[in-house]
Amino acid sequence: MPDTLPTQPRISQLHMRGMMKRFPGVLAVNNVDFSVEASNGRGEIHALLGENGAGKSTLMKILYGLYRADGGTIHVDNTPLTLRSPQDAIGRGIGMIHQHFMLVPSLTVAENIALGMKSTRGALLDLDRVRARVAELSERYHLKVDPDVPIWQLAVGEQQRVEIVRALYKGAALLILDEPTAVLTPGEVDDFFRVLRQMRDDGHLLVFISHKLHEVLAISDRITVLRDGQRVDTIPTSTASKLMLAQMMVGRPVVLEYDRKPCAPGDVKLMLDNVNALNDRGAAGLRDVTLFVRAGEIVGVAGVSGNGQHELAQTIAGLRPCTSGRIRANGQNITNKSPRVLHRCGMAYIPEERMIDGVIKDFSVAENFILHDHARPPYARGGLFMRFRGIRTASQQAIRDYEIKTPGTETPIKSLSGGNIQKLILARELGRKPQVLIAAQPTRGVDIGATEYIHQRLLEERSKGTAILLISEDLDEILALSDRVIVMYEGRIIGEMPREDVDIRQLGALMAGAQ
Amino acid sequence: MIEEIFTASVFASTLRLATPYIFAAVGETFSQKSGVLNLGLEGVMLMGAFAAFYAVHATGSVIIGLLAALIVGALMGLATAFVSVTLQAEQGISGIGIYLFGLGMSELLFVRLIGTPVSVEGFSRIYIPVLSDIPVIGEIFFNHNLLVYAAFLLVPAAAFVLNRTTFGLMIRAVGQNPEAADAMGVNVARVRYMTVTIAGTLAGLAGASLSIALLNVFQQNLTSGLGFIAVALVYFGRWTPLGVLLGSLLFSFVNALQLQIGSIGIEIPSEFAVMAPYVITIIALVFASKRAEKPTALTKPFRRGD
Ligand SMILES: Nc1ncnc2c1ncn2[C@@H]1O[C@H](COP(=O)(O)OP(=O)(O)O)[C@@H](O)[C@H]1O
Ligand SMILES: [Mg+2]
Repeated sequence: MPDTLPTQPRISQLHMRGMMKRFPGVLAVNNVDFSVEASNGRGEIHALLGENGAGKSTLMKILYGLYRADGGTIHVDNTPLTLRSPQDAIGRGIGMIHQHFMLVPSLTVAENIALGMKSTRGALLDLDRVRARVAELSERYHLKVDPDVPIWQLAVGEQQRVEIVRALYKGAALLILDEPTAVLTPGEVDDFFRVLRQMRDDGHLLVFISHKLHEVLAISDRITVLRDGQRVDTIPTSTASKLMLAQMMVGRPVVLEYDRKPCAPGDVKLMLDNVNALNDRGAAGLRDVTLFVRAGEIVGVAGVSGNGQHELAQTIAGLRPCTSGRIRANGQNITNKSPRVLHRCGMAYIPEERMIDGVIKDFSVAENFILHDHARPPYARGGLFMRFRGIRTASQQAIRDYEIKTPGTETPIKSLSGGNIQKLILARELGRKPQVLIAAQPTRGVDIGATEYIHQRLLEERSKGTAILLISEDLDEILALSDRVIVMYEGRIIGEMPREDVDIRQLGALMAGAQ
Repeated sequence: MIEEIFTASVFASTLRLATPYIFAAVGETFSQKSGVLNLGLEGVMLMGAFAAFYAVHATGSVIIGLLAALIVGALMGLATAFVSVTLQAEQGISGIGIYLFGLGMSELLFVRLIGTPVSVEGFSRIYIPVLSDIPVIGEIFFNHNLLVYAAFLLVPAAAFVLNRTTFGLMIRAVGQNPEAADAMGVNVARVRYMTVTIAGTLAGLAGASLSIALLNVFQQNLTSGLGFIAVALVYFGRWTPLGVLLGSLLFSFVNALQLQIGSIGIEIPSEFAVMAPYVITIIALVFASKRAEKPTALTKPFRRGD
């Protein structure tokens, strides 16, 4: 193929040494060394692995010129590099695909690619030229994109292809990918990895940020593990194992698989019958959803983000009107009943947006703990006067029972880590001894340690006979906990199977909408 | 009676009265497209109107008057940009501050520097051979001063800049997703400074079109709410120059009709007549402002994560 594209890599090695970045109250990156190197014309995929909050994004945002480092040096091919803005990084052949895509929804693919680039026609846009070169690139890397579609019409997987094409278009010799697979189905991940390998073989340097062990093992040449802003180690992928990486990430031995007792389901506790609901844009969010959960079983709802999971959780929890159909919990009709009524029916809810629906950010740990029951004994007298002693004792108990790391009961909840906030919500919700539990993305953004704990607690609830609906975009979580798996696509349930019968490939196809 | 109301002169004055709306609202379109709500337009217009008026009063030259309005408008635009982009002030509130500043300052300067109501020799109508003489058509379309034509030419020019140039692309991107634009190497603050200054300059011009072309006088609160309607017209016109043009014509038509009805002696309470454009504005906004075209980052200051 004639090489008309400016994709010739121009970086053969990049070294970051002693990088430091401090945010108010956190040392996000602490004296980290990191390098990416090509050899004999072949590039490298260097994985950056670490828990949420380990400093991966921060380290790479420094390299992309978005954050200014408080210390450390960067050398590209042995010449020092000073970065004041993304413009400087782009100019030196460094590209980044962010965790949250950096695309303008109202603009077309071609316009998004042209944004911030010099036009060959001076002040006028040269979208024809952009289209032509996008076509070349998409052919070379098998990245199908239509340049004239506005971004908002594209699915996330397609948006990611746009991001990659744009980075290649801008001549990125080194491409940083920040948790790129979070939005993809297993099938899409395979395709995506193929593209990455081809880029590497073409001589590109790639930084692959992830907290998923199996992906890192599958794609990278070397792995650097970060923990609490520090580099734990850098090792060749060929010498790494899952367990070893997990322990490096967490800093202590971990359990990756749980002991599960066989499932002995009882009566149906939660029943959805042809439920429909609208999404935030007023379009159909749930379409004729019918499902049931029995006592003592965990039903996992899998799907790619944005296929109705969010609406499902909210509709069951009484936070979103159900436009038709019926929901029954514990034998009672709870369709369009207020969350208060649902509580009384023995339902508990672990919300997806924990900082919005789960806690009140500026309230203390104790206040958040008693949110639901604040007007009842032992927290209040006569439904009106708060009993501080009762509140304190109960929340101290919860802090102990659920191993919540907090300076005290009066600490504002927002200064706790995601994992500890989630444990507090769990303590509050499980403390009411629910019969039905809706857990929406219970471990999103939660560290491995707390994830493990939360999973153990959910399994414990299951053995106590609680009916649990687990809605999660983390397939590993679904597979680790569920007794039955349901797949959602475009607001519909398009597949259901017992956990034992799950075939990962087939599940991926279902998540992508294949019948 | 219908013929008495819908005369050629009503349509001609519709075009004339649309001029200040078009200048101000097209400028505001640039500002809002980039994510800055520039609520102080009215104040900038008053300052521009006074500057133009004073310069013409002092020198007799409409060109100097025009330049004065453009410069004062640009400076007020820069000040607005400094407040809303650099200081990241709450845009609704700071806009009201700019309005009050323009309102008070223009009146103060007028009282101190001129004092008594006088009129000036502003832009005169341009006679275009042949075209101006065509009956009806000539009176409606080819019997105006320079600024009227300029306003109508501004509309396609603005649409071209927004849709076909790299600058326009940056404006649209910055108003929809400043984080993405920033990550792509666009200087968000610079783009917003430019659009807000453009809005100020055009608001100055809108003021001049009142004080040295349409009315040829200055008085306290000369614009009487016109600048606020211009802000609303941007919503009404769904953030496109063409939409803004249509909105401007609609409103100036209502104004022109109101004047005509008054002049032929039909009794409508004057309060009602004064209210009409505002009521229509509110009704139009109720129906128009929910559209998806609204720049998502409108009124949101941008700050990079560090
Ligand atoms: N813009 C910011 N302002 C303040 N603190 C931040 C900012 N970005 C990240 N942090 C903090 O820095 C730490 C590292 O965050 P990050 O780099 O995003 O982690 P990772 O990408 O590994 O999940 C976290 O404690 C996070 O809260
Ligand atoms: Mg991150």
